[in-house]
Amino acid sequence: MAKFILTFALAVLALQSQTPPQLPASQQPPPQQPSEVSTTISGDGGSAPRLAVPDFIAVTTDAESVAIARIVGQVLWDDLNYEREFQFIPRDVNSTIPKATSLTDIPFDRWRELNADGVVVGAVQKVANGVRVDVRIYNVRNHQTAFSRSYTASSANPRAFAHMASDEIFKMQRSLNGVAQSKLTFASDRDGERMGGTVESRQVKEIYIADYDGENQRRVTVLKTLNTFPRWSPDGRSIAYTSYRRGGGQIFISNIYQGTIEEVTKGPTENWLAAWSPDGSKLCIASPRGTSHTNLYVVNRDGSAFRQLTSDRSNNTTPTWSPSGNQIAFVSDRTGQPQIYTIGVDGTGFSRLTADYSDRPTWSPAPYNEIAFSARTGPGFDIRVLDLATRNVRQLTNGEGTNESPAFSPNGRHIAFTSTRSGKKQIFTIARDGRDLRQVTHTGNNEQPDWSPSPKETQR
Amino acid sequence: MKRTLMAMAVACVVAAVACGKKTPPVARPIPPPPPTAAGGGGDANRPPAPPEPVAPPLSVPAVPVPTDNISAASLDDLNRNSPLKPVFFELDSADLSRDGQKSLDETAALMKKYSSWMVTVEGHCDERGTAEYNLALGERRAGAARAYLVSLGISGDRLHIVSYGKEFPFDPGHDEAAFSKNRRAHFVITAK
Repeated sequence: MAKFILTFALAVLALQSQTPPQLPASQQPPPQQPSEVSTTISGDGGSAPRLAVPDFIAVTTDAESVAIARIVGQVLWDDLNYEREFQFIPRDVNSTIPKATSLTDIPFDRWRELNADGVVVGAVQKVANGVRVDVRIYNVRNHQTAFSRSYTASSANPRAFAHMASDEIFKMQRSLNGVAQSKLTFASDRDGERMGGTVESRQVKEIYIADYDGENQRRVTVLKTLNTFPRWSPDGRSIAYTSYRRGGGQIFISNIYQGTIEEVTKGPTENWLAAWSPDGSKLCIASPRGTSHTNLYVVNRDGSAFRQLTSDRSNNTTPTWSPSGNQIAFVSDRTGQPQIYTIGVDGTGFSRLTADYSDRPTWSPAPYNEIAFSARTGPGFDIRVLDLATRNVRQLTNGEGTNESPAFSPNGRHIAFTSTRSGKKQIFTIARDGRDLRQVTHTGNNEQPDWSPSPKETQR
Repeated sequence: MKRTLMAMAVACVVAAVACGKKTPPVARPIPPPPPTAAGGGGDANRPPAPPEPVAPPLSVPAVPVPTDNISAASLDDLNRNSPLKPVFFELDSADLSRDGQKSLDETAALMKKYSSWMVTVEGHCDERGTAEYNLALGERRAGAARAYLVSLGISGDRLHIVSYGKEFPFDPGHDEAAFSKNRRAHFVITAK
């Protein structure tokens, strides 16, 4: 067991557990109660607020503080830009404004000339137990403080300061759950390791995690075999995946913060493609169970109480739960080619959703009620999204390589997927309307992404 | 076993002798006459055949050559150059072709001869389906090969199934020539 134990630097967790230290009385911002946010910054005539995010101030002027100030400011700009809820003063324009030297020394008139509605000011300083980062947003029109937070944590992961501030800013200013603190998991062959025990030179795939923007990539499994189709548990603390460690495919769970591993299924038949129920108590799994037809089964997280959900003489696979937990969408080839269907968790209410060759559904989180999937559109696949209310389908990719395995961000506004458009298989993210494509992995082949819940949801 | 070896060794010698008679070792290939030349003259120009050589003595006639390479080989060597030939499939299909059945007939014969072998039947797919769907398709292919072997009298206990979907292509290419090699049931001997 020890060999599977992970040594995570739990910088993010440490950060979350810190309560911001109190500012001196003179700098004390007004108490920020979620129910009395009166300082929401708005744009002109209902347009998106226009923010300036100048470089953060290094209060302690050593090289590390300066470097952290630069990173936090830049990452916060990227994080805030990700949801398209704000407009921004271009970065090169920021440099024409005199640099602030403290959190209160703000050239409001200059920002006003640039039509900024708000200015985000940050300061970084070394303190006894690590680094303290202060983030404020001022309303440029009335000079009032719209947001003020202070974070103290180790300097190990400066980006985490920005991610946390970004999620809090979105929550307070836009009533939106941001995704800056969420993570991706995916399968990768980047380490070039080979499987033992076969004469074919077969590359292993291991499970990795990364921040939502692709930074801080870390390996989760060290199983030296094929490990695929990772899925975050709803509490964001575990990842279920299909591992060939015992020969055939079986479902394993890695508890990433404890560094432990569980074997949910133990054969002899193969089991693949675990999907978590929204409450995290059950998994839906595809398995042939000794027949020549793969069907869906529901099983408790500990592997007990196996229950058959579909029983058709076709392949029924790739399950995904509805956010309510009442329904499961899946793929069946009962008509001769893969199509997407839904079925009630009690086995009733079977319904077909697609007409073209369609595969690998993923149900969106609420409030959206959508299913993203891979549609065969030519030699490869493209990502499509089906709105369950209107049955309208929109296509997010257009034949740039093959595009597979869509996974929704926890707020439903973005989709991660695998694409071959840049050569090897890589993870990309794209906004739900098909804009803002970003490549988040670059080394080796990376595929089958899944997007974690946001920490706020995990603390519910 | 010894008798079999001896019989095979004899057969080898006979074959070698017969071979020697047919092809004199000093004979050179004769270029065909140019198409424009009138036929008939070629043979007349051929040098006289050398005298028939006697059968060359076998260099190591006394030592019985290990003719059963399969029994002698290690599992790795066996799988590296496997006597169990893969079975190939059409796109999105797990139906066994006539050629596939013929190949499985030979696999069944070998598994009967080497009755202690345990075999893993791997199902593989080309890259055109999704990674997820191909797991079920690969399983169906491996299952079809296994069911056919069982129908020929091979115990199902000796045949373990694994589907790898499109994870391990045998040919990394992206054309039909590669795809047709990658849609297969592949056999790995895991114990002998």
